[in-house]
Amino acid sequence: MNLALEVRDLEFSYPDGRQALGGVDLAIETGTRVAVLGPNGAGKTTLALHLNGILRGSGVVTVGGLELNDDNLNEIRRRVGIVFQDANDQLFMPTVGEDVAFGPANLGLRGAELEARVEAALGEVDATELAQRPPHHLSGGEKRSAAIATALAMEPQILVLDEPTSGLDPLGRRELVQTLQGLDLTLLVITHDLPFALELCQRSIIVDRGTVVAEGPTAEILANDALLQQHRLEMPFGFNGSALGDRSTGS
Amino acid sequence: MHAPDGFLNAGTAVATGAVSVGTIGVALRQTREVLKEKQIPLAGIAAAFIFAAQMFNFPVAAGTTGHLLGGALAAILLGPHMGSIVVTIVVVVQALVFADGGLSALGYNVLNMAIVPAYGGYALYRLFRRVVPKTGGGVVTATGLAALGSVVLSAMAFSIQWLFGATAPVSFAEVFTAMVGVHFLIGIGEGVISAMAVGAVLASRADLVYGASDLDRAQLADSRKVPIRTFAIVGLLAALFFGAVVSQFAVDNPDGLERVAIDTGFVESEEDHALGNSIFADYATEGLENESLSLAIAGISGTLITLAVGWGIFAAVRERKPKQPASV
Amino acid sequence: MGTGHAHALYVHEHSPIHHLPPQVKIAGAVAFIFSVAITPREAMWAFAIYAVAIAALVRISKVGFGFLLTRLIGVLPFIAFAFLIPFIASGEQVDVLGISVSRDGLWASWNIIAKATIGASTSIVLAGTTEVPDLLAGMNRLRVPTLFTSIAGFMIRYLGLIVDEIGRMRTAMTSRGYDPRWLWQAKPIAASAGAMFIRSYERGERVHDAMVARGYQGEMPELRRRDPSVQEWLTAAALPALGITVMVIAMVAT
Ligand SMILES: Nc1ncnc2c1ncn2[C@@H]1O[C@H](COP(=O)(O)OP(=O)(O)O)[C@@H](O)[C@H]1O
Ligand SMILES: [Mg+2]
Repeated sequence: MNLALEVRDLEFSYPDGRQALGGVDLAIETGTRVAVLGPNGAGKTTLALHLNGILRGSGVVTVGGLELNDDNLNEIRRRVGIVFQDANDQLFMPTVGEDVAFGPANLGLRGAELEARVEAALGEVDATELAQRPPHHLSGGEKRSAAIATALAMEPQILVLDEPTSGLDPLGRRELVQTLQGLDLTLLVITHDLPFALELCQRSIIVDRGTVVAEGPTAEILANDALLQQHRLEMPFGFNGSALGDRSTGS
Repeated sequence: MHAPDGFLNAGTAVATGAVSVGTIGVALRQTREVLKEKQIPLAGIAAAFIFAAQMFNFPVAAGTTGHLLGGALAAILLGPHMGSIVVTIVVVVQALVFADGGLSALGYNVLNMAIVPAYGGYALYRLFRRVVPKTGGGVVTATGLAALGSVVLSAMAFSIQWLFGATAPVSFAEVFTAMVGVHFLIGIGEGVISAMAVGAVLASRADLVYGASDLDRAQLADSRKVPIRTFAIVGLLAALFFGAVVSQFAVDNPDGLERVAIDTGFVESEEDHALGNSIFADYATEGLENESLSLAIAGISGTLITLAVGWGIFAAVRERKPKQPASV
Repeated sequence: MGTGHAHALYVHEHSPIHHLPPQVKIAGAVAFIFSVAITPREAMWAFAIYAVAIAALVRISKVGFGFLLTRLIGVLPFIAFAFLIPFIASGEQVDVLGISVSRDGLWASWNIIAKATIGASTSIVLAGTTEVPDLLAGMNRLRVPTLFTSIAGFMIRYLGLIVDEIGRMRTAMTSRGYDPRWLWQAKPIAASAGAMFIRSYERGERVHDAMVARGYQGEMPELRRRDPSVQEWLTAAALPALGITVMVIAMVAT
């Protein structure tokens, strides 16, 4: 079994004393798409910030066989791309093109090599035409694509997306599914949007109160009404969760 | 107060420019390590906050509105160095990107709108903090008074620059009286809004108020012991009364102040005026009997401003302790 | 409840001035404005030449005279003040249209109006032909510390967002019947300013996280660097050269 990501016994408290992660264990196989489900305040974002060392708790994070430590932070950050919940936080440069170039430029790329990297990353999300646009007037969907491209430009092995459907209209959401399905990467998708998880991810885990409380094929997890209810998750009105048990998921 | 090009003479523009560049250079050097680590985006977004705050109006009286200048507020929230850097950036960008304020006037605009209010305002804040209780309410009260004072200091600074760089036949005494008088009024709004804004931040994220980092949780929570509103209103009235008296004194009774000035050795004697005259703009020192009075007021104000700004910088350098970043 | 102008003055056009590297434009504009500021006010002919130069600049840069005039409104308060000077100033009085005004005051008034207008017009052309990030990159090339220009860049990026958010808070308050007329009713406004500060601060932390996630180590990469040719420096030097020549002749002549 080839693990893209392994987390063992990860604990973390914020400086104000609140414990956000209380011993998280996690193993993600290379090439899979995994949904991270859980109610607000469960610790999902905090977990994501640990995966490339923005936050450092106690415990072990291993990315593609490399155990995160003070000396390999840069390499880990190259390997793990994070797409933040609010695309405005991720698009801080004057134009989308410069935003996409920011990461590779920090890796030392310049000139034609850098341009090629930017071009390729924008191409992967079908957003080449956004390169010259300033981010503040993009639509929600365009912002999301641009934000994904900024992470892809680092050529990561794993892409972590924090609530990528928030603020998207149905069409934007549909396009996002297609974009993500087209990526040849290990994906970790934090979301509330259960149908979205079902469409995109073979497996799901549920995080609540800072620990992983359930794990399995997405269809099975979503078919377990009692489990969902217990962790404040709910299929949208009209979906019949328990009918999902035998449905194959993902693509 | 975004003065346009040519408002003061070129010599004053250059001299104030040198002072501003020097001071901001020091501030940048002092904050360099902290800024590199974590706070560049933070400072930028805080600057956007101050910029936005300057664009939005609050009611003053009977439907008329004013807007925040924000120098003291920035210094109390972010610390005096960072506060002055942030407001300087606001002023520079307003001139360069929005053509708001002359490019050749940047020297005095930065000095009057960023450096004097931020450092001077912070020094006043520290001063007032000594006389108010060590509580959240005390912080709010001191913020209000300091913000008021910062605006008045800024008006005084402009008047002094007028003494050197006047381009119109309006004497220093007139400019001083008008500027300081008007800014006492403007300062009341500035003080009230700044105080209430700091109060709001204290209520939910006290850890973000630089000027309150010396208080612990219990002290911060204890806001009831100060009748904030009464204190603020009394403080404002006192300041207003003081302003009115001083300006009346200056206008109606020049001999009195001159007497004081001469007695305290501020002005040697009337005969010596010719000596100093060359560096002052002719316009600003019009009328012989007014002249020494003007110089006395200017001298006292200049000393006050220099002390306040100097103390603000000193306090900033001494207090500099990077805040605990929540992440690496 | 005005929002002022959160929008930069940039006019999207293609002109020789648009295409000049920003640092030469900034240096040229500042040098020109200073030479105007030094020019003795009695040399009216000099200001006429400056005005013609500005007109030519507006023409070449295609920013448009209408645009220039509307943006000049920014200096109006000071021009209004300048108009008052002749009436409040002391000194020898002269009759203008039957009103007695100070001769010296008239000169002072002219001085401020002329210099403020020419200075602001130059700034407007500069800002109208240079995109904001390029202005900042240009400042950088002119040795303004990167720290300063990076902070300014973040400020510009997030200004619109904050203005919009404050606008929404205001709308929410107004729609609930909040219509303050007196200073002591301003508490909700100050409270929303406080909330805005907290949100801004928290956004600053998140943006920093997003930067670190992409390998940021404290140094912003320089992505807009453009080194001007000698030719470009010479082109941009035309304006200040004219300004300085006129200014020197005016100084000697008066
Ligand atoms: N910067 C912070 N400082 C203190 N507490 C925080 C901070 N960020 C998050 N928390 C707390 O940590 C817990 C987990 O938050 P988070 O990871 O954002 O949850 P989720 O993303 O699952 O909604 C919550 O209780 C939240 O209030
Ligand atoms: Mg979250």
